[in-house]
Amino acid sequence: MSNIAVRAENLGKDYVLKSETVHALRGVTFDVPEGDYVAIMGPSGSGKSTLLNLLGCLDRPSFGELYLGTENVATLNDNGLSDIRSKRIGFVFQSYNLIQQLNVVENIQVPLYYQGKVNRTTRKRAIELAGKVGLGDRLDHRPQQLSGGQMQRVAIARSMVNDPYYILADEATGNLDSKTTDEILCLFEELNAEGKTIIMVTHEDEVAARCRRVIRLRDGHIESDLPIEQDRQKYHYSMPTTEQPEDEEEDVAVTQAQAVTSDGFSVGDDELVIGGSSDSHDEPEIEVDIDE
Amino acid sequence: MNALMSLFRTWQLGIKSLFLHPMRSALTVLGIFIGVAAVIWLLAIGEGISQKAQEQIASLGARNIIVRSIKPPLEKLGDSNVAEFGLLRKDFNLLVNTIPQIEVAIPIREMKISFSFGNNDMDGRLVGSTTDYFNATKLKLAKGRFLSPADVDKNKDFCVLSMGIAEALFPHDDPIGKRVYCPTNQTYYEVVGILRKRTASAGIGGSLAAQDYSRDVYIPITTLNQRVGDVTRRFQSGSFYAEKVELHQATIQVKTMDDVLTVAELVKDALRTQLESGKGDIDVIVPLELLEQAETTRMMFMIFMGLIAAVSLLVGGIGIMNIMLATVTERTREIGIRRALGARQGAIQRQFLVETITLSIVGGLVGVAVGLLCPVTLEWLRDTLIENFPEEMESLPAEVRETVPIIVPISIPVSFGIAVLIGVIFGMYPAYRASRMDPIEALRHE
Repeated sequence: MSNIAVRAENLGKDYVLKSETVHALRGVTFDVPEGDYVAIMGPSGSGKSTLLNLLGCLDRPSFGELYLGTENVATLNDNGLSDIRSKRIGFVFQSYNLIQQLNVVENIQVPLYYQGKVNRTTRKRAIELAGKVGLGDRLDHRPQQLSGGQMQRVAIARSMVNDPYYILADEATGNLDSKTTDEILCLFEELNAEGKTIIMVTHEDEVAARCRRVIRLRDGHIESDLPIEQDRQKYHYSMPTTEQPEDEEEDVAVTQAQAVTSDGFSVGDDELVIGGSSDSHDEPEIEVDIDE
Repeated sequence: MNALMSLFRTWQLGIKSLFLHPMRSALTVLGIFIGVAAVIWLLAIGEGISQKAQEQIASLGARNIIVRSIKPPLEKLGDSNVAEFGLLRKDFNLLVNTIPQIEVAIPIREMKISFSFGNNDMDGRLVGSTTDYFNATKLKLAKGRFLSPADVDKNKDFCVLSMGIAEALFPHDDPIGKRVYCPTNQTYYEVVGILRKRTASAGIGGSLAAQDYSRDVYIPITTLNQRVGDVTRRFQSGSFYAEKVELHQATIQVKTMDDVLTVAELVKDALRTQLESGKGDIDVIVPLELLEQAETTRMMFMIFMGLIAAVSLLVGGIGIMNIMLATVTERTREIGIRRALGARQGAIQRQFLVETITLSIVGGLVGVAVGLLCPVTLEWLRDTLIENFPEEMESLPAEVRETVPIIVPISIPVSFGIAVLIGVIFGMYPAYRASRMDPIEALRHE
């Protein structure tokens, strides 16, 4: 965990609207080490979206530095940012954002396409990834033939295809029902357990509760940046009763072993887990104390 | 190799995107397709008409110069009862004897007259000429023989019938050896030959108007001079008109094509200044000049067609641009996704440009295919029309009725090339618009 996936140093963004300058992000500093699973939370207007755009290399900061690995991306031009996005970042969006005219395997390969290296090997990898997210039997389905949860699985497979520094998930469960949300979150947990770095932008506590660490923004500043247990104590919300990351090392070892032996998780595996979780899932107890 | 592969993938993707809206793509293609097909059709029809015209002119003979007497307007003739005009025999002989480049010169006299045999009669044209006439006008025999030089020398009462007259006068019999009667002059001519049918065309009349050969009866010019004389009378609207014409036409054949224009100038000059005949009542027609004129006309026609085609392709191009702009707006979200997943601006631009070019290539190919069908389609159309509206079709000029479109080979690559070029030009702006979208805005687009 010594390597840094992404590091922001005094990262800020101002927007100029007519004569007025809006300070959307007023200089934030944090690290995300490799293998971390971070939730970025905050009410609307807190700079959450701005930070997401900067972390996604969709936008350039007004000041400050942003390192992906060891590379400073704050000063890259449009082409440079495009290349970084295709090689180093995995996106998962709220509305899946698959390309309609492509099937599952092709959609998974899109980031590679823009690196100019789509071939038989990458196709094989895309098929493996599709299997891993439980869509091994839907390889040539088009997005319109898939359910929301399935589309999000394709998006997750796509986010991993370029072996990114981190997966950037933007309200990844926002369009899904609670059962599917749980499935997707389980998938994220599995991936994290395998060592994938995940940054999850969300406004839902129960989603954030399944991460390891929560960064809360308010008015363009970091309000708090705490490991999940401390965050929960500070903001008073309950943890989901299953799949608690009690013992991290063991958990990683177990899931990785499982991944090797069962050559990718099938939908069946997921459903078993969900059955256990949804029984004891008590939503009414959740206290949301974030205003707006 | 890699670049080629990547281009292929872009193209593959373009096809998939176009198939998302098959109807829209088809309509877009339609614009270009009509443009390309129109170019090929218009040029093919134009070429067909112009070749027909050139054939007609060429049938006059490229080495020929036609000196033709024209009847002047009545008021110019003065008080004389007899209209006297046209080329004189002595001038004809003078021209033939002084100009060394002349190979053959054919004197021609003609008159409208009726013919009969038994109970059958028929209006036609009596043409007096020499043996060379048949060569110069490329008439073909169906039966018997042409008039021989001996027939001409000895003022024989022989005639050669055109097929039209032969069929009218001798519906059942073999005309050879029979004698045809001319009531006007009370003369008989023995049939020695029958000509094959020939489609009406610009004939010895020399103008480009269609000339009907189908009612001609040919006799030696010497016989005509002897039997009829130089003065012909006609009864018309209550009074007699008389015409004194020594020669209606002289067809002069020059030894080589290079001499045609020189000799023509010489003849015109002589008629204007030195000869007795030709006080503005003689026309000199040079088929070679006409050929050159026809070539110029053809060029004008080509340019005109080119303009029409350019306009239709332009309209097609604007159609493509319009659709692509709508497509870009509609696919804003997709553009956002692709940008987020690492597409450079250039990649987006290429993608849309490839789609536009694909549309225009397909349009071009379909256009070429339909263009190539032009002769077949027109033939079918003409046959159908002739079958269903025989009278209306008959009343059309021969040029329209019989024109066979000839596909101009160059029109195929040119129209196709222009179609693709249009695709590139009109695809540029939509592709540029697509590539300049802000990925964040585009991702947010619903």
